[in-house]
Amino acid sequence: MNDVSNRALSNLDLETPDKTYLDSNELVINMGPQHPATHGVLRVILKLDGEKVLGTECVIGYLHRGVEKIAENRTYTMFNPYVDRMDYVAAVSNGLGYCEAVEKLMNVEAPPRAKYIRVILTELNRIASHQLWLGTHALDIGAMTPLFYTFRDREEILKIFERYCGARLTTHAFRIGGCQYETYAGFEKDVKNFLAFFPPKIDEYEALLTTNRIWLERTKNVGVISGADCIALGVTGPVLRASGVQWDLRKAQPYAAYSEFDFEIPIGTNGDTYDRYLVRMAEMRQSLRIIEQAVNGIPEGPIMGKVPKVIKPPVGEIYHSIEAPKGELGYFIVSDGSTQPYRLRVRPPSFVNLQALDIMVRGLLVADVVAVIGTLDIVLGEVDR
Amino acid sequence: MPNFIMSYLGSTVTPGEAGNQFWALIYVLIIFAGVSVAVICMNWIERKALAHFQVRLGPMRVGPHGLLQPIADALKLMLKEDIIPSEADQFVFWVAPLIGLLAAFTVYTVIPFGPSQAVSDMNIGILFMLGVSSLGVLGIVVAGWASNSHYPLIGALRSSAQMVSYEVAMGLAVVSAILMTSLNASGTGTLSMIGIVQAQQQQGVWFIFKFFPLGLIAFVIFAIAMVAETNRAPFDMAEAESELTAGYHTEYSGLRWSLFMLAEYAAMIAVSSIAVTLWLGGWMRPFPNLLNAPAWDFIFSLFPGLTFLGLAAIAFVGTARMPADSFFKIQRIGLAVFAALLGFIALLLLAIAVAGRFADASVGARFRDGIDYIYWFVLKVAVFMYLFIWYRATWPRYRFDQLMKIGWKVMLPISLGVLVVTAIVGVIVS
Repeated sequence: MNDVSNRALSNLDLETPDKTYLDSNELVINMGPQHPATHGVLRVILKLDGEKVLGTECVIGYLHRGVEKIAENRTYTMFNPYVDRMDYVAAVSNGLGYCEAVEKLMNVEAPPRAKYIRVILTELNRIASHQLWLGTHALDIGAMTPLFYTFRDREEILKIFERYCGARLTTHAFRIGGCQYETYAGFEKDVKNFLAFFPPKIDEYEALLTTNRIWLERTKNVGVISGADCIALGVTGPVLRASGVQWDLRKAQPYAAYSEFDFEIPIGTNGDTYDRYLVRMAEMRQSLRIIEQAVNGIPEGPIMGKVPKVIKPPVGEIYHSIEAPKGELGYFIVSDGSTQPYRLRVRPPSFVNLQALDIMVRGLLVADVVAVIGTLDIVLGEVDR
Repeated sequence: MPNFIMSYLGSTVTPGEAGNQFWALIYVLIIFAGVSVAVICMNWIERKALAHFQVRLGPMRVGPHGLLQPIADALKLMLKEDIIPSEADQFVFWVAPLIGLLAAFTVYTVIPFGPSQAVSDMNIGILFMLGVSSLGVLGIVVAGWASNSHYPLIGALRSSAQMVSYEVAMGLAVVSAILMTSLNASGTGTLSMIGIVQAQQQQGVWFIFKFFPLGLIAFVIFAIAMVAETNRAPFDMAEAESELTAGYHTEYSGLRWSLFMLAEYAAMIAVSSIAVTLWLGGWMRPFPNLLNAPAWDFIFSLFPGLTFLGLAAIAFVGTARMPADSFFKIQRIGLAVFAALLGFIALLLLAIAVAGRFADASVGARFRDGIDYIYWFVLKVAVFMYLFIWYRATWPRYRFDQLMKIGWKVMLPISLGVLVVTAIVGVIVS
């Protein structure tokens, strides 16, 4: 057995059996890295008593590509596409966070039109990410059909991305200082069509799940986490908001053009899986609201700020974070004045949120583990980087 | 010997009752082949229907509209390497799928497709059926244990607990239907599958409508329990893909795995047959007592032919809608031939119906009636099969503890209550 497993198993305290049960033996099973419901290559070591989960240990790193180290060997411009490969279902958000962090370091600002384009694409991306979450989460709980509905509708967003920048997933949509591409002819029409197209589709998803008896039983009071625990663990995003903490960086520390839009932050009360579901569904509707305001009020003007051809930020360091679909996505960049970052550190929401898995599933059943992994909405590309 | 064979043709009872081994064997072979074909059809229909529920197309490549897909799959599974894990208990691993298959197919001995269209009519038919079908759990438990692996073990534990629990509610629902068979002049009921259908005919009502809503409640209990009994969604805990990868058959592949699938689908058809026999009038066509004139017999006997005619029409429309590209030429021809085949069967059935009306009453009408009985029975079972697919497309999966809670705390008390009330009402009525 390799070192990783040894460490992992020892943390689960396998040597001392639980004396509260009559002559029962714990079962240790590996969930993953090849498993249909661990959303990629997450390996969870489960210690079970029958079906009851006594403890878990996440083993990560199967998708580690050394993104942060790569950044030290690439110029700021060259590194930009790499960030798309972290949370690959929300590549636009990753790019936005990185570009804004470097802009902040260089003390330049994107022009208003670029900011609006950024907001529109980022919010579309938030919807796409939530759709993927909904489909896979429902599939984990056994409802197959929503997955195909969400993929069908996500296609409309990906088409807009493709027309805008040529790529569907790893978009590389933004540049440091603004956007490279002007919107294509018909962009606004496409977005408005989507605004009309999508709300009935959300209703369709909700008709399948929101009041479904089995869905309620499977998600209510499952994986409960309190707001205080969330804050202690650094959990952010919809998971934090579902626990009743009204914290959204779009409101708390507005970036891009978010301060100009009117939208609400949906919050939950119980912090269970069902509340997280409701929060994300409501967030999709709020994203539509933001997109509507942005596309109606999009200003004319340049799309690129005044940035030099060679990006050479002054010596210094910066931490900038945005509200990615999964939570707070932060970039910490140390510049030594050269064309390459001296150090770049990403604060990925999935990685931090995954910490909460253990306290959320202790005492629940095996079936709840997949439900909770689904509700945390992790992307392994971002956890491992 | 020929006399022994021919003499049965005039008989109005099952070959088992008549003591005719030859025809019993023929019936067994027909049923075995029929169920296997039904499973293949069900496989295709499930994949297509599920795909259309989910805005997909489903199999489209192998044959026109993927019609040959199940055959291609079966061939592939048969040709796959036969893998037995080295840590597994070899013999038990080998025998487990056979137990499930045997249990699923043995049940068909007593399923009445018509008053004489069954292998045998046992006087304990329903008990035999419940008993043998619950042996299927043994195959699953043994498979999970013999695999010597964690996920199959958990899957096997879940399914054994689940099937045993739901059998209780299922059995009580069945008993309340059996109670209803005793509401006749002699006051004696029957456990014979054929007898149960005949009791519904004599009382002039399907048991689902008897003592409304008592029969309906018992039927619903059974309909829920049978989904749990066959490990289908939303009760597919034993093979919950997202939790246990594939549950009890995780370690199985190739032919052995396909035997599990065959057993699962055969069991689905078997439990649906029980439901149809007990509550939905078995082989009887709608209103056999009310509309009993020969003219009505004739009209209803046209249904099998018309059904095949409809299928042929669908296939012809499908042929016409195929792309004109020469790439699809073979598929177009194939689908047209298939449609023509369906049309031919339709004409044959219609001819039999017409012949049964006007030809010699004894032989022609008997043959026509036999087709009618089988048609109505299969149609009712097919509705259940479609429901199984519909459930799977619509609902999430229950959690194990919730499943047990429903089984013991909801369904068991209700079925017990229905049984008691049915008994009381039955005594008052008689």
